[in-house]
Amino acid sequence: MTDAGAISRQAMRWMIFGEWRAYPGRVIVTAIVIAVGVALGFAVHLINASALNEFARAIRTVNGDADLQVQSTTPLGFDEALYPTLARLEGIAGASPVFEMQARLAGTRGNGGPDNGMTLLGIDIFRAANVTPSLLGQSAGSSDPFDPSAIFLSQAALDVAHLAIGDSIVLDVGGRTGSYVIAGTLPAAAEGQRLAVLDIAEAQWRFGRLGRLHRVDLKLANGVDAARVRDAISKVLPAGAEISDAESEAQRGDGLSRAYRVNLDMLALVALLSGAFLVYSAQSLSVARRRPQFALLRVLGVRRRALVLQVVIEGGVVGLIGAISGLALGFALAQGALRLLGGDLGAGYFNGATPELAVTPGAGAVFLVLGLAAALAGSALPAMEAARAQPAVALKNLGDTTDPNTVPDSRAAIVLLATGVGAALMPAINELPLFGYLSIGLLLAGGIAGMPLLARLLLAPLQRRAGLALPLDLALKRLWGAPSQAAIALCGIVASTSLVIAMAVMVSSFRGSVEDWLTAVLPSDLYLRIEGGSNGGIPPDVQQAMATATGLAEIHFGKVSPILLSPNRPQVGLVARDMDLANPERSLALLGRSLPVPQGATPIWLSEAAMRLYKQRPGDLMTLPLATTNGAPAPRFFIAGEWRDYGRQHGAIAMDNRDYTRLTGDVLRNEGAITLAPGARAEDVAAALRAKAPPNLAQRFFFIEPREIRASALRVFDRSFTVTYLLEAIALLVGLAGVAASFSAQTLARTKEFGMLRHIGVKKRQITLMLVGEGALLGIVGVTAGIGLGIAISQVLIHVVNPQSFHWTMDTKLPFELFAIVIVALVVAASGTALLAGRRALGIDAVRAVREDW
Amino acid sequence: MRRFVFLLFALFATAATAADAPLLPVYPEVRPGVALAFPRDHGTHPDFRTEWWYITGWLKTPDGRDLGFQVTFFRSRPSVDQRNPSAFAPKQILFAHAALSDPAVGHLLHDQRAARAGFGLASASETDADIRIDDWSLTRRADGSFAAKTGGAEFALDLNIKATQEILLQGDEGYSQKGPDPAQASHYYSLPHLTVTGSLKRGRSSVAVTGSAWMDREWSSTLLDPRAVGWDWLGINLDDGGALMAFQIRDASGAPIWAGGSLRHGDGAVERFAHEDVRFATRRQWRSPRTGAAYPVERDLSVDLASGPRQWRITPLFDDQELDSRRAGGPVYWEGAVRTEGGHGYLELTGYLQPLKL
Repeated sequence: MTDAGAISRQAMRWMIFGEWRAYPGRVIVTAIVIAVGVALGFAVHLINASALNEFARAIRTVNGDADLQVQSTTPLGFDEALYPTLARLEGIAGASPVFEMQARLAGTRGNGGPDNGMTLLGIDIFRAANVTPSLLGQSAGSSDPFDPSAIFLSQAALDVAHLAIGDSIVLDVGGRTGSYVIAGTLPAAAEGQRLAVLDIAEAQWRFGRLGRLHRVDLKLANGVDAARVRDAISKVLPAGAEISDAESEAQRGDGLSRAYRVNLDMLALVALLSGAFLVYSAQSLSVARRRPQFALLRVLGVRRRALVLQVVIEGGVVGLIGAISGLALGFALAQGALRLLGGDLGAGYFNGATPELAVTPGAGAVFLVLGLAAALAGSALPAMEAARAQPAVALKNLGDTTDPNTVPDSRAAIVLLATGVGAALMPAINELPLFGYLSIGLLLAGGIAGMPLLARLLLAPLQRRAGLALPLDLALKRLWGAPSQAAIALCGIVASTSLVIAMAVMVSSFRGSVEDWLTAVLPSDLYLRIEGGSNGGIPPDVQQAMATATGLAEIHFGKVSPILLSPNRPQVGLVARDMDLANPERSLALLGRSLPVPQGATPIWLSEAAMRLYKQRPGDLMTLPLATTNGAPAPRFFIAGEWRDYGRQHGAIAMDNRDYTRLTGDVLRNEGAITLAPGARAEDVAAALRAKAPPNLAQRFFFIEPREIRASALRVFDRSFTVTYLLEAIALLVGLAGVAASFSAQTLARTKEFGMLRHIGVKKRQITLMLVGEGALLGIVGVTAGIGLGIAISQVLIHVVNPQSFHWTMDTKLPFELFAIVIVALVVAASGTALLAGRRALGIDAVRAVREDW
Repeated sequence: MRRFVFLLFALFATAATAADAPLLPVYPEVRPGVALAFPRDHGTHPDFRTEWWYITGWLKTPDGRDLGFQVTFFRSRPSVDQRNPSAFAPKQILFAHAALSDPAVGHLLHDQRAARAGFGLASASETDADIRIDDWSLTRRADGSFAAKTGGAEFALDLNIKATQEILLQGDEGYSQKGPDPAQASHYYSLPHLTVTGSLKRGRSSVAVTGSAWMDREWSSTLLDPRAVGWDWLGINLDDGGALMAFQIRDASGAPIWAGGSLRHGDGAVERFAHEDVRFATRRQWRSPRTGAAYPVERDLSVDLASGPRQWRITPLFDDQELDSRRAGGPVYWEGAVRTEGGHGYLELTGYLQPLKL
């Protein structure tokens, strides 16, 4: 290089490697921090991509490869007369009727036992051959295409049933059984997908739904305008049927877990962000320590820009190493997580299929860049600060260049915090709480920017106190005198603590609210559920017989079935139960009051999620696409109130049993809430109820006591938050690593100071105690600020992020045990590392240390 | 005597495995002495196991080129539980098949439709010829002419088919024996010398076509002898107004199990062939490069007529008129336009790649 102001390449290399050789631990910690952030982000992303891939593939196989579908909105199906109407429409080249139900192996109890459910499709092979050839079975030998006893199973269905081609199989669909011979396989079914295909006439007859269809798959004629065909279809659709296509199916699959996935992605980015803060703190200290070195270079004529460049390159190289190892780590993490937890990370969104890991180089590049950016940003700020310093002052002065008497500037902090609060008030974008996350980022940045001032405020009461022990006094004076160094050490602690606390508060609030809700919604003594309940249930005569069982004070039957309100959203639960119309709050966990129902209107109550997703308010009128008995238009309902339902994230709608039966003609019930007579035992009553029902139905009865429901609900809750706990633990470890790194760096940089103290008569032990005190003080300040900031961020999670992405609210519950653990862990880690690093620094000869004055 | 149907026989023979004894259909037996009545017998006979409307013929394009065509509608009554009240219950199945033999293409173009009867989408009338599967149909109009509409991605035929001669009852007044057992028989009549006008659409262009055709109508419940592996069928419109039909059913050695046919002379006198009167001899084989099957595409048909032995030399419009329908679940066979001195017609050769399983 000819420019005199630039550092020669060799000199730069020498300086960077010299630094790394002297402090390899710091470089490694910085790289690890970046690696962890990148790994988490990339792993979560990979898992999501793989799971969605799998989900889309599974949807495609169940649907065959139809261009367009007309689907039933409820499991009751629609009138088959729609099929010829659709087939005759212009632009339709083929229409294939499908009868779709959930089946399981007969004679087994689904719940508690292994899950052996499968999707059963009844098809007309002639129509399917034209529209959805992938649904056709491949028979082992020559077989009769209309043999009613022939069934085709996908490989996964064969595996779960432990059967082979030629074996017989007995399937149970809502209490009706059919026995079949496995004629062959479904080679086009997605791996892991449990699918069974048989003749449509047999399915309709055997499973008791003559005249009903659940789906008509459509093939469009070549070159027709799909939009016009959709228009024509929508004109002939009755209530209870909706158009959908692969895109809306995929959207629905995506919507199923989208909020959950985006939240995890965001958490991973937050981990990366706290990584950036740790890089910042490590680089700041390294730069601060080398300030005289830089000043010397400046005096020798090196330009500012060149110095900044050197530090940024240093950070960049470390960042790159961290990011690359992060990608590898993320890939391994994703693979392990998929194997252990499944594609939904244990949240239970995708059943039955273990996805293949999808490799996405584009996303890998994005996370690499993010990791690198975090490292560069963390390095650039301290580098610019160092370059700004006056060479003459910096050359002599190793410590803080700010005057201890000036109050730290807090304007930036106030602006950041105010913007953060403002962002929290913004609505969701595209049903994602993006502003909520922005708010969290701003609050975090604002809190850290305000650390110097906050440290002062927190230390002020101690500072004013006289008569402190010498080591503690020294420690206090040091922190008071060097606020920006303290702040640098603190920002890593604060960033990681506040994020851990925020997540913990959110999860504990959620869990607490779910627990309260479970208690509120389960007032009865015993609950009855029917396996595979949405297709069928208990007929009225059996209901009446059951009501006379001994030991029973009261039994209320209900029906829960899915209903599709919008083709690109997941199904909503339609809950029919005996509503106390005068006091609906006795039947539902109502939020607020239930409105008086106008004369002649039919009331329904929407869960929080249903309200928010379908943009309804109490008092509104709403049409539900129920397949009505007499072909009447879809009924309109009066929304009487809102209730809390954590059970169905995609919404639930409650209505009275009588209204449900009147409108749908469906008299079967699949749930029962039982009040025991005084002194009766639950198991006796359960047995008595079983005895009143026909055996094939009674065999599917599943009795649960409220405490079991609560336990299993919380088990599911904890499973779906496994990953969250994991991320928390990692964030906490990263935080501790950051504390250790900054402390050892700071302490080692202060050998001259220790030498001076020794000279003026301070004992080694006292210096050690001083360091421990410093560490403890810093830890306390950091953890106090972190918890405060964390609680603030948790409020954004609870009141903004959760309602916007999951459509439910919760009440704040603080996890005090965790607070205690975090406080102890951080204070011990801070003072412990200070002690260890101090021992090393004190090992250097005091005289030599003071002489280190060049 | 057509392969689709035999395929179906094979398929449906395995029914009756349902758990609770199913109520299976009882198929009526074909017996001699049943007088046919029209237009009723142009319509379907749903009690019988199988039935077809089979049209084959030659077409001329405006530029004078010869094409062969075949349009067939089948009905089948599978052996399924008759108690199933579902509207989808496959109690009657309808098939249709169309093929085009164009020497310029060098192989067959073909397409098909299949559906269970019902929902107004697939139906066959019992009072007159009126059979529909989606957009394909064969109907008899008030003036007695037939309209056939078939079409697919590669070609579409929209034909007007007019009878110029009396109905020709095959066998004994429409009772046609197909094997040594008198129960192995079908009701069978033919409509030779049909004139054809209409249009042939290929891709986006449509041309007017004219030609002559032959329609076979058969329904039956038991057709083939258990030893049968395949059959040959020939139908020729003779230039003098005569109509020649001959068939043989072969066993595994290639020897005829049964044979038969008829010749209606130009003057309307009909001669019916006994089993021993008919002999097919092979002059040249063509081996399919796709399937490896060897078909006797050039033949000599010898028949002992009342006036003495008579021979017709049969040559194909072109060799490769093989149809591989295995992908659609059908067999491999040869069916194509043929000519003889003083006549044009169609020849069908089945069971040459592998014996048909019964």
